[in-house]
Amino acid sequence: MKTIGYIIQKEFKQIFRNKGMLPIIFILPILQLVILSNAATYEVKNIKFAYIDYDHTSTSRALIEKFNASIYFEVLNDFPSHEKVSAAMLTGEVDVVLEIPNNFERNLQKEKTANLSITINAIDGAAAGVESGYVNQIVQSFNKDVRMDFMDSSKKIAQPITIQSIPSFWYNTTLDYKTFMVPGILVLLVTMITLFLSGMNIVREKEIGTLEQINVTPIRKSQFIIGKLFPFWVIGMGLLTIGLILAKLIFNVPMLGSIIILYAYTSIYILVILGMGLFISNFTDTQQQAMFISWFFIVIFILMSGLFTPIESMPKWAQLITEFNPIKYFVEIVRMVMLKGSGFMDILPQLWKTLLYAFIMNGLAVWSYKKTV
Amino acid sequence: MKRFIGFIKKEFYHIFRDRRSLFILFGMPIAQILLFGFAITNEINNVDIAILDHSKDATTEEIINKISASKYFTIKQMIANEAEIEPAFKKGKIKAVLNFEKDFSKNLIKNQNATIQIITDATDPNTANSITNYINAILQNYRQSENKAIQIEYQIIPQTRMVYNPELKSVFMFVPGVMTIILMLVSAMMTSISITREKELGTMEILLVSPLKPFQVIIGKVVPYIFLSVINAIVIVVLSIFIFKMPVQGSLFLLGLESVLFIITSLALGILISTISKTQQAAMMISLMGLMLPVILLSGFIFPVSSMPVPLQIISNIIPAKWFIIILKGIMLKGVGMAFIWKETLILIGMTLFFTGLSVKKYKIRLE
Repeated sequence: MKTIGYIIQKEFKQIFRNKGMLPIIFILPILQLVILSNAATYEVKNIKFAYIDYDHTSTSRALIEKFNASIYFEVLNDFPSHEKVSAAMLTGEVDVVLEIPNNFERNLQKEKTANLSITINAIDGAAAGVESGYVNQIVQSFNKDVRMDFMDSSKKIAQPITIQSIPSFWYNTTLDYKTFMVPGILVLLVTMITLFLSGMNIVREKEIGTLEQINVTPIRKSQFIIGKLFPFWVIGMGLLTIGLILAKLIFNVPMLGSIIILYAYTSIYILVILGMGLFISNFTDTQQQAMFISWFFIVIFILMSGLFTPIESMPKWAQLITEFNPIKYFVEIVRMVMLKGSGFMDILPQLWKTLLYAFIMNGLAVWSYKKTV
Repeated sequence: MKRFIGFIKKEFYHIFRDRRSLFILFGMPIAQILLFGFAITNEINNVDIAILDHSKDATTEEIINKISASKYFTIKQMIANEAEIEPAFKKGKIKAVLNFEKDFSKNLIKNQNATIQIITDATDPNTANSITNYINAILQNYRQSENKAIQIEYQIIPQTRMVYNPELKSVFMFVPGVMTIILMLVSAMMTSISITREKELGTMEILLVSPLKPFQVIIGKVVPYIFLSVINAIVIVVLSIFIFKMPVQGSLFLLGLESVLFIITSLALGILISTISKTQQAAMMISLMGLMLPVILLSGFIFPVSSMPVPLQIISNIIPAKWFIIILKGIMLKGVGMAFIWKETLILIGMTLFFTGLSVKKYKIRLE
């Protein structure tokens, strides 16, 4: 026990002595949490909207006025020709183009129907879908107004049926992306810091040659590993704490569930990551290799965690791969506990899997660690 | 010159001798682009929903059938009363509950109006929004088929054309992004590490007292990595064309040139990182912790830049990846030429010069 204490002391000294690394470990993640959480939004706003009005009637102008009034569209000037607007679309100045054809008003009055042509830059398919939805909403509501104006009010018409749908958004009534993203990004930062630090730590001693010196001391394998990993566990928990406080103070993210459950889960989760880091450093000779491997896994873990894109939309085989992704479980848990107030029984499946993961990962790591060079 | 070539040869030996790193360098981008190209999508698909049907009549059954027939939804559960909604959400699998009012069919006939409540788990606002929109579309469809008999007058018909990506495939959006992060991180990381490594191991001193000029040392270090990154870029482009059916509407040659430019920008950034960090550990943490999230989040790879708060939109301008993604999408999907992307190209060139200038200024010939 005493030996472990000394190793831990040594590790902490080494971490805090390295003045260059301290800001990277503590300030960089916090800064990223505070700044980058604002960037992660799928909300489609400030749509760059241009129009060509061939009709020049009061009806066409009224339609454009509708777009002007909408908060989603940033209406640019009237473009004189189709060619000009196509060029603007190529440079990216414009994303949505509305063309009001000649005789729009006349067709509407005489033929009772008129066409509009809308062109949407669809490279971002999801955004294009939303934009098209907004455009249709505006056109429909405009259509209703027009019908009221034109229609002979005395004429009796058959009433169409309507089905009214009332959306109700639970747990996040204002659809605030920050509430959703801040806990997820916090999880990510905790994971990255602990994985990178632990993955590089032992391999660094290997590369510099100091590992051999430790190996010839009477320190036992288990003592060495615990002593090495414990400081990073503390750093991870510390980072979580700072992050949770900031989430509350700056972003006002709710904490509906029990904070104890969250801490209990995190303490197990970090073990998984540390085991993984240790495992990586056992199988590599240089810090460079260790870093590449950690990078490889972390990029996959991030993008397949359900943090930014939903897991249920992935193909089945990809969903199967996500089962091996510890970040996925942590992201799910932190969101469930903080935002929905899920209790112990609700998170039990994830908890079991994480526990199992921790055992396997650390077992492998200890088994593969050799005291001989 | 001969000395210089000799030095470059040495660097190549270094890289090729380390089989494991080499394998990682080439294997990883391939694995990643394959994995992400197929798996990352922000469309919704097979979302698990539950139904709370208070009326259980022919109309609700018909609507439920329509919903379960759509590829977006899987009906996982029938719920008997309101009290069961909360537990279903808390377990986390069910993302939405459709609540049909009592006497749905009767109201529809009598009042021409009936109500459905769409309750979504809005912890994920994007999914919640999409679910609501898709359900509304299905309801609208149903309504239209029921209202066929009635002639609607004064109809405006919007004809929407989706250009550059008519099928709205999210692969088109994500492949350029994935390519950018891979090139950026690999190039920046590799150079920053390889230079700090020489510092940390003490061999940098030997290089500095050699007759090679400092800038020759740096260029010699970078050349092999340009070579490796170009191979990576080619592999990624080939994969995206043949596997993901990404079009290259514009000139392939221009695409190549721009990719080389971006690789050089990333390498210059890597050199800058190496001049300011003392240990490999610091260099790696800066290039990974410092670059990974900003590049993923601020480049427009996943989240549209135009929707971000204005200060972040301004910050996003200093991310080289943002400009390269615009260039890639322009050439591959829009088929534009230099006339449309000269601004982005100039910005990347400017950044490269800035990074290089700064590292030359910070570069110390003497070690302390």
